[in-house]
Amino acid sequence: MSYDVPVAPGEKAELEETTELSGESWPMWEVFVRARRGISHVHIGSLHAADAETALENARDVYTRRGEGVSVWVVPSTEIHAFEPEAASDYVEANEKVYRLATTYEIPEEVGQM
Amino acid sequence: MDDRSGRNDRFRANERSFAYYGVMSHEERFQAIIDAEEKIEPPDWMPEAYRKTLIRQIAQHAHSEVIGMQPESNWITRAPTLHRKAILIAKVQDEAGHGLYLYAAAETLGVRRDEMQELLHRGKHKYSSIFNYPTLSWADMGTIGWLVDGAAITNQVMLTRGSYGPYARAMVRICKEESFHQRQGYELLIRLCQGSSEQKAMAQDSVNRWWWQALMMFGPHDGDSTHTEQSMKWKIKRVSNDDLRQQFVDMTVRQADYLGLEIPDPDLHWNEERGHYDFGEIDWEEFWTVVKGDGPMNRERVAHKVKAWDDGAWVREAAMAYAAKKQARSVA
Repeated sequence: MSYDVPVAPGEKAELEETTELSGESWPMWEVFVRARRGISHVHIGSLHAADAETALENARDVYTRRGEGVSVWVVPSTEIHAFEPEAASDYVEANEKVYRLATTYEIPEEVGQM
Repeated sequence: MDDRSGRNDRFRANERSFAYYGVMSHEERFQAIIDAEEKIEPPDWMPEAYRKTLIRQIAQHAHSEVIGMQPESNWITRAPTLHRKAILIAKVQDEAGHGLYLYAAAETLGVRRDEMQELLHRGKHKYSSIFNYPTLSWADMGTIGWLVDGAAITNQVMLTRGSYGPYARAMVRICKEESFHQRQGYELLIRLCQGSSEQKAMAQDSVNRWWWQALMMFGPHDGDSTHTEQSMKWKIKRVSNDDLRQQFVDMTVRQADYLGLEIPDPDLHWNEERGHYDFGEIDWEEFWTVVKGDGPMNRERVAHKVKAWDDGAWVREAAMAYAAKKQARSVA
């Protein structure tokens, strides 16, 4: 199946934009699921819901229908804070201090596994 | 440097992202990430055309999942057994979930779900044409799982390797669930084909009505497909329409043989030289007619969707009002 949108002869391929919307939208929530005991909650997706209670119920119905988890968290998307993309490449990805890596130290073979 | 530890690869990857990506322009860095088989993630810089192409594609994909609930829910009340009814309900629920994952993936590109829905309702956004055909018999519930979801999986497996992280991740979840859809459909057909002659005839009639439409799902021939080259470079698309269609035909013939059903194409035969099945030409006039909105069910599908949205308005509003009331009480 092809999901790239077929453009019929005579149609334009541009995305239509709209700002006229009817009504207020439900806020967005980020969903985190602990797949099994012993591991952390992991971000699994997001959804819209009016409040935390219905967000949890929706998260359960949408993201754990086949035993994908033993615990669910929902967090309002607006409460997630992150570096700006530009700053992320400077502060997060950068790793000039290679001496922090265990593998940069040569240990003689005869010492054995360290 | 010690190469015995797998950690070294990780170290090199870090070194590359720091020193190598650091000196590039936005566009070069973007393409370098894609060329390195890494994913583009929501806060990353991306060309506007990449963003728009993805919004358009993910929205049409999401709409397809949501509209795709209609032809199947048509049979929920008439499923022949409680077991089959439960399966069908679970499948339709999955489709709603797929729509949700996909709308959420599109929203990471800065478009709102309501906005996409609004465009669908106004006929400005498309969904897969396959859902503009009616489901006339119970056997269609089997054929849709086998052929329609089978065609969808062929494409979606490719999409799990796409360059946009949120879309690729949604696809991984969807593919797992689609496998259930396809297998339950095929099993349903096995039962029909092993049943009475009327049941087998019903299955054959269903395959006759869906085969060509399933092949159409792969889209126009590569030569007539817009944007293919750019989408390949950006790894939004990784295999061409014609190649995916061929892959689907090659897989499916054996499955039809097992059922003892005929594929309604006199030109279908094995080509030893190519190592693939040859098959007949799709009716492209029909294809474009349905794409442009004049298929058997286009108007009905959208009208039903709009009605469901409008009828549900009071629920959405009540939920917001209740949330606001609870919020006010907890503050007071």
